[in-house]
Amino acid sequence: MTATRPLRAPVASYDTTRALELATARRWLTAAVVTILCLWVLVPIWLVLVNALSTPAEVSGWPKSFLPSFATDSLAFFIGFRGVADALLNSVTVAAITMVLSIAIGAPAGYALARFDFAGKNAFRILVLMTRAFPLPLLALPLAVAYIQVGLDDTILGLAFVHTMLAMPFAVLITASLFMGVPVELEEAAWTLGCTRLQAFVKVVLPLVSPGIAASAVFAFVVSWNEVFAAAVLTIENRTLTAFLLQSLNVSPLHLKFAGAAVLVLPALLFLFAVRKYLFAMWGIANR
Amino acid sequence: MPSRALPYLLLAPAALFLAAFFVYPAVQVALIAFTRGDEPTLANFARMAGHWKFDAALWNTILLAAVVVPLQLALALFMGQIVTRMGRGRDLVLYVFTIPLGISDLAAGIIWLAILEQNGFLNSFLYHLGLLESPVARLSYQNTLGLFVAVALAEIWRATAIMLVILVAGMGLIPKEYDEAAQVFGASPWQRFVKVTLPLLRPSLQTALILRTILAFEVFAVVAALAGTSMPMLMGETYAWEFQLQDRGVAASYALVILGISIASTLVFLWWLRSPKEARA
Repeated sequence: MTATRPLRAPVASYDTTRALELATARRWLTAAVVTILCLWVLVPIWLVLVNALSTPAEVSGWPKSFLPSFATDSLAFFIGFRGVADALLNSVTVAAITMVLSIAIGAPAGYALARFDFAGKNAFRILVLMTRAFPLPLLALPLAVAYIQVGLDDTILGLAFVHTMLAMPFAVLITASLFMGVPVELEEAAWTLGCTRLQAFVKVVLPLVSPGIAASAVFAFVVSWNEVFAAAVLTIENRTLTAFLLQSLNVSPLHLKFAGAAVLVLPALLFLFAVRKYLFAMWGIANR
Repeated sequence: MPSRALPYLLLAPAALFLAAFFVYPAVQVALIAFTRGDEPTLANFARMAGHWKFDAALWNTILLAAVVVPLQLALALFMGQIVTRMGRGRDLVLYVFTIPLGISDLAAGIIWLAILEQNGFLNSFLYHLGLLESPVARLSYQNTLGLFVAVALAEIWRATAIMLVILVAGMGLIPKEYDEAAQVFGASPWQRFVKVTLPLLRPSLQTALILRTILAFEVFAVVAALAGTSMPMLMGETYAWEFQLQDRGVAASYALVILGISIASTLVFLWWLRSPKEARA
């Protein structure tokens, strides 16, 4: 471009420079706005981490430092606090069961939606979509009564069922679109080469969709890990971390809350980072 | 295996699960709300509506959604427009913008507590700037407006990402040619946004608004962390009646109120942002 510039009329050259200046100014403005928005997201997380990595005295001190002293007192106090270790273990267990159940139940349904035309397909689709317009955590209320009758009250499994109810509709819609992304001709080719339906699925389809399925499994884990209301309603002795933190809000000192929030935030962030590539595909699909 | 039965076999676990954990409790919650000691009655609703916290809880919940959701929509559209026009660094910025998606509402409440509490980071920041001498309590039970603003801030911080993701996914589906055509005809960026992007984004706007509004009516842990019981909300009252007051009937009535306003808002958005007939596929 520079080589052609002298050939142009001087006026045009002036205009080009001005346009370039404007473009540069706009780029800087965009960069500034993007930076401010990123800070708006990141600074609050930084601040709670500062609190979690400060001593209890520093947490309730005044004025506060914006840099952590990297003391592990608060975290150690939190982990050693009565009930926290159990709550952590419960949270992980519930989330793991939720993850397995939502995929085990959701993926076959997703495959059926993607590959077959059958009576009732639309009705099922609508039922799945309806769950989205329903305040699902409230279902924990009647289930708390029903669980007492069947002996699931205050159990990890009972809570995992409710969390599966939250995550499974996503799993159905996400896996359906994953399976739709695999050309049916690939499967048919495997059948003609002598594979059974199951073999074709395991050897041809599964390797292609497994990263996406892993991503929706992680998604189910995070949904369960973060859920508060149903966990607090359904567990009393076997509380999850969120239920424990919620029920001790009134009585726990500040440094316990902040350490708890940090422990709650970090795994979710790591998991979402692992599936960031699929985040948009998943939400774009699941919400169409 | 007969191929005709296969789809039903694959669907059966999910269908049974939905029947047991979605349809059954949904019916059950209505039964609990409308009965007391096996007698059909409206007593639970009367007791709920007669309690002094009910009006406050209902209006706080609706007001919070009415304030937070439009602000989130505007912020999400703004973030989405910036991101779609970005070249380098787009993926990183998108990841940062969506981080709050992975954060529990309880954690979000506690995070903003760290900022807004008496000895918190906001006051410390103002002190370092020389604007404040000693700590001020911003989250006291007497400061209703302060509590409302705190909860609204935490909600906007935490839950704008869900709208952003839906809208950015929708923006990706709009063919670039429309925008380019408008550009050729000399439309300004703002005109292109209002006259081209927004109308084509209608289905995504609808989904984002429906989902976000329902979630806004379910606000619970953020309020518990920031305001304790000083700011009654429908979900918090449901929890209080279930646990502290041990009255499942009233708790179920509250649940039906939340369900009612959720369905009402969904219908409003379905009607308001309906796709025009000629545009339907």
